[in-house]
Amino acid sequence: MPLYELTAHELHEKLKAREVTAVELTQSMYDRIGAVEEQIKGYLTLTEDMALESAAAADAGFQRGDEMPPLAGIPIAIKDVICTKGVLTTCGSEILGNFVSPYDATVMTKLHQQGTVMLGKTNMDEFAMGSSTENSAYQTTRNPWNLETIPGGSSGGSSAVVAAGEAICSLGSDTGGSIRQPAALCGVVGMKPTYGRVSRFGLVAFASSLDQIGPFSKDVTDCALLLNAICGHDPMDSTSANLPVPDFTKSLINDLEGVKVGIPKEYFTAGIDPDVEESIRSAIEVLQENGAIIEEVSLPHTDYAMATYYIIAPAEASANLARYDGVRYGFRATNAEELGDMYRKTRSEGFGEEVKRRIMLGTYALSSGYYDAYYLKAQRVRTLIKSDFDNAFEKVDVVVTPTSPTAAFKIGERTADPLQMYLSDVLTTPASLAGLPGISIPCGLTQDDLPIGLQILAAPFEEEKILRAAYTFEQNTDHHRKQPNLSST
Amino acid sequence: MATITTDDVQHVATLARLEFNEVDVEQFTHQLARILDYIGKLNELDTTDVPPTSHPLPLRNVVKEDVAKSSYDRDTVLEGAPNAEEGYFEVPKVIE
Repeated sequence: MPLYELTAHELHEKLKAREVTAVELTQSMYDRIGAVEEQIKGYLTLTEDMALESAAAADAGFQRGDEMPPLAGIPIAIKDVICTKGVLTTCGSEILGNFVSPYDATVMTKLHQQGTVMLGKTNMDEFAMGSSTENSAYQTTRNPWNLETIPGGSSGGSSAVVAAGEAICSLGSDTGGSIRQPAALCGVVGMKPTYGRVSRFGLVAFASSLDQIGPFSKDVTDCALLLNAICGHDPMDSTSANLPVPDFTKSLINDLEGVKVGIPKEYFTAGIDPDVEESIRSAIEVLQENGAIIEEVSLPHTDYAMATYYIIAPAEASANLARYDGVRYGFRATNAEELGDMYRKTRSEGFGEEVKRRIMLGTYALSSGYYDAYYLKAQRVRTLIKSDFDNAFEKVDVVVTPTSPTAAFKIGERTADPLQMYLSDVLTTPASLAGLPGISIPCGLTQDDLPIGLQILAAPFEEEKILRAAYTFEQNTDHHRKQPNLSST
Repeated sequence: MATITTDDVQHVATLARLEFNEVDVEQFTHQLARILDYIGKLNELDTTDVPPTSHPLPLRNVVKEDVAKSSYDRDTVLEGAPNAEEGYFEVPKVIE
């Protein structure tokens, strides 16, 4: 089996036994990238020299016989929304086309401490606004399962490179589903931790009350290892939760005896593809066969989550993106006569269409005369959505749903109608608004051989329950072992 | 809720420091109207006694100790600037 098909925990054993060196592993990853990247277009920047340096450092540790962390020498890809010192961080936008961060995001510092090897930065919808990577200013990433379909978004580069064997694992960010939805569509594991679990320091802000960094991996064990590496309180992020972080590998228990699994009826309504529904129903049976107690629950305000999200997220974005003014970093329009003109021209030329649309929507929702009707209203409905989950988690340990109502759609299929594109996130935004942790794991393929994702949600800071359910499912099925057929070019 | 007009779009563009040509304004007006129409479904809910949630965690003001710390030096900060001169960010003229 080629190295790129292995998981981080499998590779760790090989690195430790010195069956392979981190430098060889890293080189083999760039060979794989060389073979398939032209089709996938998942990376925006490759950092080969730095990667080989990190790999050599990890090798030195293994060679000395040091106790090496589980992710030492493991090749990882990083979404281009996470600041990496000395390396471009474009956010998929022209306005940050030349931006080189002077510092590392906290998650990068933590990965460096593990000795992880960064292969490069991955493509994304501009400023993480989108569900397909079609809003990237640079390229549209292809779904490795079918090159005519989208990989999901906004972290579509991060999900596609893992599915295509161009990285062993990756980091993405999730605001309304941007980790879970692309994980589902590319057939990999993707987890959004509880809001506050992972520091947002160095994560370029989209919607600050929703954004959260999380991992993509090939299996649940790697997901737990990545969570162990990146979670934890950070004084550099005032919204980071000051709570102890458990060892998430302790939750990798293959048994659900007595665990209560809630099935929210509102997630199985019109619009769910029949193949998706069938696959989720059989996944629920697998959970039941392994000891889970299945109960129907109700999340009555589910249908209002999208409308709520598309006020709150653009409102926060319109404030966060005010910083792109052409003064301190990034792109500046050259043809301006005075300061105000420079701001307008820089922003109008530097931002893409979807980003402008959301800034406009958010600015409108916050503007004088409309604030109460839109923003305040949405915040009140957010309370109702959160209470739905609070009530459900009094009865059950986890809630299980489809991650996305459909499998990957065709490139170009939803670009003409923004609202249609927004509805791709209908099953992921409710948990985002409530700040909940959620995972998407592979649970089958459609008749067209496109992956389907199972979403598992839990109450805030109860990632362990999610991991246990996900691990049990994985250990009793083989969906996560299926790989796309990619020919080298 | 009121429908959005091209004048509203022009006004919001001014607030957001964006500028659009007439074709874009028409398109944004149409698209935003459709999105706002969808968002209007929130009015089906009576939220009179529901408190707003601005943040998923019950955080109050988070403060750190008031101790001076070193930061990046000036050259590092100016490195990314589109235009810098004599240790300052340079911008087009602000006043006549």
